[in-house]
Amino acid sequence: MTVDSTAAARTPRKRTAAKKSAKKSPGAGAPDLVQLLSPEGRRVEDPAHAEYAAFVEDITADELRGLYRDMVLTRRFDAEATSLQRQGELGLWASLLGQEAAQIGSGRATRDDDYVFPTYREHGVAWCRGVDPTNLLGMFRGVNNGGWDPNSNNFHLYTIVIGSQTLHATGYAMGVAKDGADSAVIAYFGDGASSQGDVAESFTFSAVYNAPVVFFCQNNQWAISEPTEKQTRVPLYQRAQGYGFPGVRVDGNDVLACLAVTKWALERARRGEGPTLVEAFTYRMGAHTTSDDPSKYRADEEREAWEAKDPILRLRTYLESETDTDEGYFAELEAESEALGLRVREVVRAMPDPDRMAIFENAYADGHALVDEERAQFAAYQASFTTESDSDSVAGSGGN
Amino acid sequence: MAVQKLPLAKAINESLRTALDTDPKVLIMGEDVGKLGGVFRVTDGLQKDFGEDRVIDTPLAESGIVGTAIGLALRGYRPVVEIQFDGFVFPAYDQIVTQLAKMHARALGKIKLPVVVRIPYGGGIGAVEHHSESPEALFAHVAGLKVVSPSNSSDAYWMMQQAIQSDDPVIFFEPKRRYWDKGEVDTEAIPGPLHGARTVREGTDLTLVAYGPMVKVCLEVAAAAQEEGKSLEVVDLRSMSPIDFDAVQKSVEKTRRLVVVHEAPVFLGTGAEIAARITERCFYHLEAPVLRVGGYHVPYPPARLEDEYLPGLDRVLDAVDRSLAY
Ligand SMILES: Cc1ncc(C[n+]2csc(CCOP(=O)(O)OP(=O)(O)O)c2C)c(N)n1
Repeated sequence: MTVDSTAAARTPRKRTAAKKSAKKSPGAGAPDLVQLLSPEGRRVEDPAHAEYAAFVEDITADELRGLYRDMVLTRRFDAEATSLQRQGELGLWASLLGQEAAQIGSGRATRDDDYVFPTYREHGVAWCRGVDPTNLLGMFRGVNNGGWDPNSNNFHLYTIVIGSQTLHATGYAMGVAKDGADSAVIAYFGDGASSQGDVAESFTFSAVYNAPVVFFCQNNQWAISEPTEKQTRVPLYQRAQGYGFPGVRVDGNDVLACLAVTKWALERARRGEGPTLVEAFTYRMGAHTTSDDPSKYRADEEREAWEAKDPILRLRTYLESETDTDEGYFAELEAESEALGLRVREVVRAMPDPDRMAIFENAYADGHALVDEERAQFAAYQASFTTESDSDSVAGSGGN
Repeated sequence: MAVQKLPLAKAINESLRTALDTDPKVLIMGEDVGKLGGVFRVTDGLQKDFGEDRVIDTPLAESGIVGTAIGLALRGYRPVVEIQFDGFVFPAYDQIVTQLAKMHARALGKIKLPVVVRIPYGGGIGAVEHHSESPEALFAHVAGLKVVSPSNSSDAYWMMQQAIQSDDPVIFFEPKRRYWDKGEVDTEAIPGPLHGARTVREGTDLTLVAYGPMVKVCLEVAAAAQEEGKSLEVVDLRSMSPIDFDAVQKSVEKTRRLVVVHEAPVFLGTGAEIAARITERCFYHLEAPVLRVGGYHVPYPPARLEDEYLPGLDRVLDAVDRSLAY
């Protein structure tokens, strides 16, 4: 489009019109998409991606079944949490439906001594790290703001403020490098998060300090109601180039490709070659959270198109057609899946409300005089309900 | 029909609609404000009627939202930006505190920054972390900002009109747990001043001062106290910066007792400022120290404990009793 400057001066230019043509997410179907397993469940051999494919070259049928099991159980857990929310047992749930391959592939690529910084939807990654899935539900039920010890599985707490954790991951990775350790760090975030200043700053820091960190962006096409084109005009993986490190786009519904590319990126980090941005191109099949109503902003046909790329289905097709996996395996897994659902439901229903004094716990590590004072007043106030005669001794005003 | 019964959220929606309609320089900006109409539907239907150039879905970046709103204001627009939840204003806090608040003074008064920052705030909706906070004192402490919060539909409608018309930046705290409460809105009434407090219930024994979500609690407290033969006056502060100390003083000179109620932590909060000023102004009138009821000096607790944290009927009544016992 040529701009006639005199005409432009007379009539306001309609600069937003150009965006209308960008119906699809930027770069959708770009040739650079790394895919090792097609939606039809067949292995893809592309010489351009041989460097990544090498990381899964020797994968055994057992290992493939392991990935399949992880995805199935994660989906079952997620579905159980969604229905627990509907039944009023959880206040909110952020479903990962559709993102199983991105999470299991990348999660299984990590080593025990790597450190993971999730956002709030990484239930599949938590699963890979050995976090008991029921621990993930406390914050969604409203009984705590975290629920696990991050150091016992090197899986950090969920972070709700968008993008914050990418800087923590970078700093942690800077520490890893200072210590001379050969472990790596991986930070998860969404396509919407890519717009946050913190994410841009984490790219800057990690590049400048050559930090051993992998930025794993799950581009599930939506940030609540906003499609990716409301965040960026270039494919997200290409951002990395401007910071001086590689960016790779991987088929996020292909567990093999996610495993391979993440392994490749983690290895780079271990070798001291610095950060990588991995963009897993995937889809959020459900609502953003149980409070969201996607029918306000999203066409059903879009979801249907993505259902055809279901990550679990395609691995199942592959297992059935190319390996010696028999019906018995799937039946057993189905039973295991049901058992998991049952356990999750029972644990959640039995999850007690915290003691009310817990409000005052852990505000400080060293203690704090004001909190101590308020705790004492609160306790006395509570006690006044049971022993009315004591109520006269309730003194002080601060904190009530 | 000028008088309508509207939920508070809808009153704000109507107010924004009126502003968009009457002034082509007014813009709405924020995450999900367009097609979705905001996560609380406060901007519902506005993009449909005014287009994507007036009701703008922004990238997910709060510093970007406020920073660009400042630029648009410098260019003559009047942006009304939405921060999705209280706890997410902090990425924009730098822009608000170091730029939005100070630019008018920095420019020797030569430029104006008519930006409204809407923040749904406060607890009581059973949400996860960062969705229930009351950070108003952090903003009221910053010179150059005006900070207000409506407690009912009529104020929500009119205060939003006034905030948009103000040439100063206004931080507009919306009590999210009152979004669905209905109240009468007279769109032709002549509103009181944006920063004036209002006596919402007359009484003689003690004054309760509150704003936003706690006004309703205080009215319930006054009703309960009446059954015990106590007459409480309730003052809706409406503005935390500036504060209408004259109105509070007038009430306290009559009742001689004051309890300030807010959800935010008591320590260094709005109530602390009111207690100090009123003690200074009304020292010889007061029969009891000014008491405060609010949150504790701890992170906002998980949802299942928020009722312990938030001031409710019992805790406010307890403070009323303590004041009357002096
Ligand atoms: C700083 C901040 N702003 C706004 C929000 C509210 N919010 C929660 S999730 C979300 C969308 C996130 O989209 P994306 O980063 O793409 O991740 P997804 O949820 O799609 O996985 C928004 C706007 C928030 N949590 N933090």
